[in-house]
Amino acid sequence: MSDDVVIVGAGIVGAACADALAACGLSVRLIDARWPSATNAGMGHLLILDDNPAELALSSHSLHLWRQWQPQMDAACGWTGCGTLWIAANEAEAQIAMHKQAKLAEAGVVSEWLDAAALARAEPLLRAGLAGALRVPGDAAVYAPRVAAWLLARHPGRITLTHGEVRRIADDGAVVSSVGTFHAGQVLLAGGVASPRLCPDLPIFAKKGYLVITDRYPAQVRHQLVELAYMASSHQAEGDSVAVNVQPRPTGQLLIGSTRQCGREDTQVDPAIVAWLLRDAIALMPALASARAIRTWAGLRPATADGLPVIGAHPDRARLWIAAGHEGHGVTTAPATAALIAAMMTGEEPPLDAAPYRFERWAARP
Amino acid sequence: MNAATPALVTVRIDGAAITVPEGTSIAAALARTESGRARLSVSGKPRAPFCGMGVCHECRVQVDGVQQLACLLACRPGQEIRTDGARLGSVVSAPSSEPERSCDILIAGAGPAGLQAALAAAGSGARITLLDENPAAGGQVWRSGPHHRVPDAAQALLDALERHANVTLICGARVVARAGERALLVETATSAWVQRFDQLIVCTGARERLLPFPGWTLPGVTGAGGLQALIKQGFKVRGERIVIAGSGPLLLATAATARLAGARVLHVAEQAEWGEVVRFAASLWRWPAKALQALTLIEPTYRAGSLALAAHGGDRLQAVTLRIGGRTREVECGRLACGFGLAPRTRLAELMGCALQTDGAIAVDAAQQTSVAGIFAAGECTGIGGNERAQAQGRIAGLQASGQAAKVAALNRETATWERFAAGVQRHFALRPAVTERGDLDTLICRCEDVALGALDGCDGWVDAKLQTRCGMGSCQGRVCGTAVQALKGWTPTAPRQLTEPVRLATLASVAHEQALASPHDFLDASAHTPLK
Repeated sequence: MSDDVVIVGAGIVGAACADALAACGLSVRLIDARWPSATNAGMGHLLILDDNPAELALSSHSLHLWRQWQPQMDAACGWTGCGTLWIAANEAEAQIAMHKQAKLAEAGVVSEWLDAAALARAEPLLRAGLAGALRVPGDAAVYAPRVAAWLLARHPGRITLTHGEVRRIADDGAVVSSVGTFHAGQVLLAGGVASPRLCPDLPIFAKKGYLVITDRYPAQVRHQLVELAYMASSHQAEGDSVAVNVQPRPTGQLLIGSTRQCGREDTQVDPAIVAWLLRDAIALMPALASARAIRTWAGLRPATADGLPVIGAHPDRARLWIAAGHEGHGVTTAPATAALIAAMMTGEEPPLDAAPYRFERWAARP
Repeated sequence: MNAATPALVTVRIDGAAITVPEGTSIAAALARTESGRARLSVSGKPRAPFCGMGVCHECRVQVDGVQQLACLLACRPGQEIRTDGARLGSVVSAPSSEPERSCDILIAGAGPAGLQAALAAAGSGARITLLDENPAAGGQVWRSGPHHRVPDAAQALLDALERHANVTLICGARVVARAGERALLVETATSAWVQRFDQLIVCTGARERLLPFPGWTLPGVTGAGGLQALIKQGFKVRGERIVIAGSGPLLLATAATARLAGARVLHVAEQAEWGEVVRFAASLWRWPAKALQALTLIEPTYRAGSLALAAHGGDRLQAVTLRIGGRTREVECGRLACGFGLAPRTRLAELMGCALQTDGAIAVDAAQQTSVAGIFAAGECTGIGGNERAQAQGRIAGLQASGQAAKVAALNRETATWERFAAGVQRHFALRPAVTERGDLDTLICRCEDVALGALDGCDGWVDAKLQTRCGMGSCQGRVCGTAVQALKGWTPTAPRQLTEPVRLATLASVAHEQALASPHDFLDASAHTPLK
């Protein structure tokens, strides 16, 4: 059996890459071990991030592509055009919000400052005394497991999904798995946090996160609410941190994150961390206190030290490509990742500068 | 029907005053409103109390602004009850978080097993806390209510426990989540606390096996044990035409309760064939108490080899299609009680890491010890075997957990007898394929998320079904549909991660953290807005 491309991992990044490669006319086989994944465990937010230019470029180009997908997606994909409110607790954070607004504007991303009164009108359940919020209306959320399934169904005949555990990727394009060996012209590793098992020099580590989902409270929270501190929290490389992120799902449920525990590779739910997260969430939105949680869980984000994913050819291994290490933003940045991979694999001009995401950036460091 | 006339209580349901006897559950009060509904489903259909025992979450309503299960809460004067959906920030008085409590032995569930465990352990002097989610102790089999007093056997146990100052019984308190290594979160309607313990005895009993068929979500359709529980909670069925269908000895007990409450029981349809029922009845001589009980439950409308195929109605049940023997007929009725035996309630044990047997019951050894040190289990949660077995197991667990193992030996023979009875029930009332083939593609399987059976085509397991169809993703977290897909598809639902029940966020937030916590705003200031590298 031989395909043009074998993709290891059918999470949102693998699925988006399969879709983009199939759109170029290539035959693609995905092999997925059905391990717990960030795609299934995550929030599914589509969030423009501007911590550095490369992150901004990847996320804003991705949002552009998401908006092209959106009219074609079925309802189960759960698209919610809720926008984001980056919440400033005090004047210092309001200054950060202004700075953020300027950076977003440079990249052509529309945002709007809501002062305290406007914020209270937009989200009446937030606590009093907040300084305001930066509203990014173009941000959204999806239900990623369904989007992945939808992507895989878009090119029938060109995409095959096989369930099995990949044990080894050989340099001749042979992919040895628990369900047989598959051959391919190129192999793309999109295995999220499990990727280093097949490519040990990949500097990807786990950042554990916790989520809480509530019962249905329709139409009471309208935007995805994110503390401005989320940006700093999401780039911490050690220790534990919490920054509140409350996302209204199309069901009316509220999905509450986010925590980061570096270097933890288990998915046990630690009640003390959940409590910490919820204390902060209730402090931000007191009405949450009597809302009911129906499930809590933990998952692992595939993180890198500089917060950027690895996208591109492996420098030393023939035929091996990498699309992994998207941390908590793989759903947001899957479309641009796929566009980069498809362009580079087929020798086309990439839609954005691929250099910041290259594997080789690690080699260039002391 | 044997208690003195209780006092009356008035509550408001969606603004209308409803007066009920004291001790009536909110679920039973809902049945007295015009619509009878507890909520509107995801697709806008009325739903009413269904399982009657805190499992299905169909009866979740807002009581004074806080979401509660109506079947677990008694009416109190002045309660404002709403059925029009949950809202945030409409709380009248916010539930409080109390300081931590601790005990030597925590017993979850105050039915026959839990009460016996507490009494057996009490003599050791250990500090014992006994929790039950219902308004009163007794479990399902000894349930009391406005017109049903506690049976003598149960009252004797409660009186005996009363004499032990080291035993604390707390009713209306649910174990909702894990809070740490030897700690659980406990929630009542108005408060919550972290409960620490050294030993845990899980006596969580059983839930009913509720299986889908067309029309099973209509108000008027309940579980079989569910209807019995609801009647004891004060559900008025006087003069109602009732059909009881499903499987197992519980159908007869429900028929007797309904008839005593003044209902007209039209049919009792048992899915097992006559041959099996007769063989089961013939085996009862080995358990004289059970044989006597069976005699008191003789039911003229009982038919074996019979099934409820579909329920019909608009906003509530009007008729049932029954197959009795070989013939199919439609029967007009106001209520259909439908249950297919019992299944162990194991969420708490699973959460604590206790292993299950292949039949889904908690695995225990002869000392009622589970696979986790310091955690015991007794009663129906270790296998369906009835009240006497539960009591015997409870005594063993209580003695073992309190260091009185020497007294256990004589009890082991007693449990062995009841194990054989339990095996007989399982064997003779095994489900026929016709039971699991009643649903069509449009029949809902997941009552919380309104997922139809047809949506599961193409899914290859429980997790896949959850991710792709939302089956099991709603309020009850697969308590009903998980059991149903197990019977229909052979899929095994996954164990819970932290929660045993839906829980208020404030309750989850009350768990203390050992380390000092950094505020996110601290490191934001530290990093200003320059990217952290």
